[in-house]
Amino acid sequence: MKDRTMPNTGLLNIYFTAGYPQLESLHYILPALMEGDVDFVEIGLPYSDPLADGPVIQMAGKKALDNGMNIDVLFDQLSKHSALMIQKPVYLMGYFNQMLQFGIEKFLIACQKVKVTGLIIPDLPMEYFEKEMKDLFEKYGIKITFLVSPLTSEERIKKASELSTGFVYVVSSPSITGTKAVLDEKMILYLKKLAGMKLNRVLLLGFGIQDKKSFELASAYLDGAIVGTSFLKQLDKGETDKNQILQFLAKFKKN
Amino acid sequence: MNYTQLPNPEGFYGVYGGAFIPEILYPNVKALQDTYQVMLADIGFQEEYNDLLKNYVGRPTPLYEAKRLSQHLGFRIYLKREDLCHTGAHKINNTIGQIILAGRMGKRRIIAETGAGQHGVATATVCALKGLDCIVYMGEHDIQRQAANVARMRMLGATVIPARSGSKTLKDATNEAIRDWISHAEDTHYIIGSAIGPHPYPDLVSRLQSVISKEIKIQLLDQFGRSTPDYVVACVGGGSNAAGAMFDFLDDEKVKLILAEAAGKGINSGSTAATSQIGKKGVIHGCMTLLMQDQYGQITEPYSLSAGLDYPGIGPMHAHLIEQRRVKVLSATDDEALRAVLELSRLEGIIPALESAHALAVLHQLTIKRDEVVVVSLSGRGDKDLGIYMENLKMDEI
Ligand SMILES: Cc1ncc(COP(=O)(O)O)c(C=O)c1O
Repeated sequence: MKDRTMPNTGLLNIYFTAGYPQLESLHYILPALMEGDVDFVEIGLPYSDPLADGPVIQMAGKKALDNGMNIDVLFDQLSKHSALMIQKPVYLMGYFNQMLQFGIEKFLIACQKVKVTGLIIPDLPMEYFEKEMKDLFEKYGIKITFLVSPLTSEERIKKASELSTGFVYVVSSPSITGTKAVLDEKMILYLKKLAGMKLNRVLLLGFGIQDKKSFELASAYLDGAIVGTSFLKQLDKGETDKNQILQFLAKFKKN
Repeated sequence: MNYTQLPNPEGFYGVYGGAFIPEILYPNVKALQDTYQVMLADIGFQEEYNDLLKNYVGRPTPLYEAKRLSQHLGFRIYLKREDLCHTGAHKINNTIGQIILAGRMGKRRIIAETGAGQHGVATATVCALKGLDCIVYMGEHDIQRQAANVARMRMLGATVIPARSGSKTLKDATNEAIRDWISHAEDTHYIIGSAIGPHPYPDLVSRLQSVISKEIKIQLLDQFGRSTPDYVVACVGGGSNAAGAMFDFLDDEKVKLILAEAAGKGINSGSTAATSQIGKKGVIHGCMTLLMQDQYGQITEPYSLSAGLDYPGIGPMHAHLIEQRRVKVLSATDDEALRAVLELSRLEGIIPALESAHALAVLHQLTIKRDEVVVVSLSGRGDKDLGIYMENLKMDEI
């Protein structure tokens, strides 16, 4: 759904893992992202067995769990930022089993209460969502984002776009998070194909977006990109404060 | 009930099963879902599969009446000798079938996870047989406790990659294998080693292993004049040898089915792999099943001395059979299993795998009449466990 009239309007989505590097880190990361030039915020629920994640997000998740992060703690932390939560869309990313155990409806109610915009659940198949969960998401006004990859058929890309009420998460290469996106011919063809499909959704490119070049490429064809692993590495450098986060963000967008 | 008609087209056995996978794997999994039944039924497939089972694996494996053990326990025991399969366990029944499927799907790169190393060896073996690349993921802890199998895989030309997350056992090896598959979805077939994973794997593996129960029927009729036993007993990690030994008896409710889980240091000790007893419904490795987890859905670390049973989940078909009370679950601790190892060694001259010993151990917990017939799935041989036996059995005292 790119607005072709305004060049360089790539949307930036920043991912971080809740409870990392410290249990309470969200309290400075979230305000910094709200202040900075960011369009979406994505918060990862740390999970014991993150199948779609590479070493960096795995490690961050493990550290966060060791720090004592869990779903109750996260909702409690988010509830302290109600003024911020309405400034920009905030998505939670977690694995299906986490929601299942918490209780899907209870989870959606909690999301609604703290003003979470939507959810990204990489191991939730579209068919299962459609059959078992769609109505509940509608009832509580929580959006859902599905993923597509270079291996996804056109027919399924359309389905993902129709079912996604949030943005569509375009995986850059068939791989796990953190794998460097290769900006080759193949990638450009893939992005062109997606752009050409004129889908009625915001399309954000993710997995391995780590610099201005990859961000701009994504923004040239799609609506923008998601930066996760690279941001976590920044946080990992320690003593990160708001200014450092703002500096990191400035790498992606020229003002 | 028609259990053998399950799962439904979406891969569900009641509420369990399905395919909860990242979208990247959808094309691979869907292709398998759409074709596995046709491929299994194909005459060309059947011919090659049966030929390899007979002439390469050494099937049919004997059904052996264990007379001294029977006398000792007071009922009639037959051992289904999967330990005599090439490579030493039932695992190869599945890998032979899947390697033929992989060839038909045009995949040249094979990956697998392994716990005890038996599935890894069975996969490395069929890859050598077919000249395909083989990568096996194995928990670092299991690499240490099953060193002989690691050496065998390497000799067979496989690359063994240690999984270093979590408890560094089977669950973590499976995570790594799935991540590899996500990253190489186009050229790679993932040979899952148990009746777990996204649909169609639980069904595919169960059907490839069902040769075990088909043989039991024929052999029992031949030796005993009756094709059905009163009991079938098998150990269960993910559930492939149990599925195989029980498959053709599932719809005959007169046959009582007993699963033996690994209790580790005791079901409530905090160090256990007795999944169905302390587990709850949830999603692990792509399927809805019973698994060990905390209130937030974090998967908890299992424990068993036996690397092949050290898994926090159980196959979805088994979860359904448990819920329907079609099977009964018992469990054996490390110590009970070790005692059963010695018992079989001394009474029958057969040193069983530590996994299989769990099935032997639960025989002591059953009240069975003198004239009743029990078939035990002796899923593997004990060679790979000699290190563990030497460490835990205090050889000079026994
Ligand atoms: C000899 C033997 N038996 C049993 C198992 C457990 O697997 P399953 O529950 O799939 O039969 C293993 C796994 O490694 C094994 O090596």
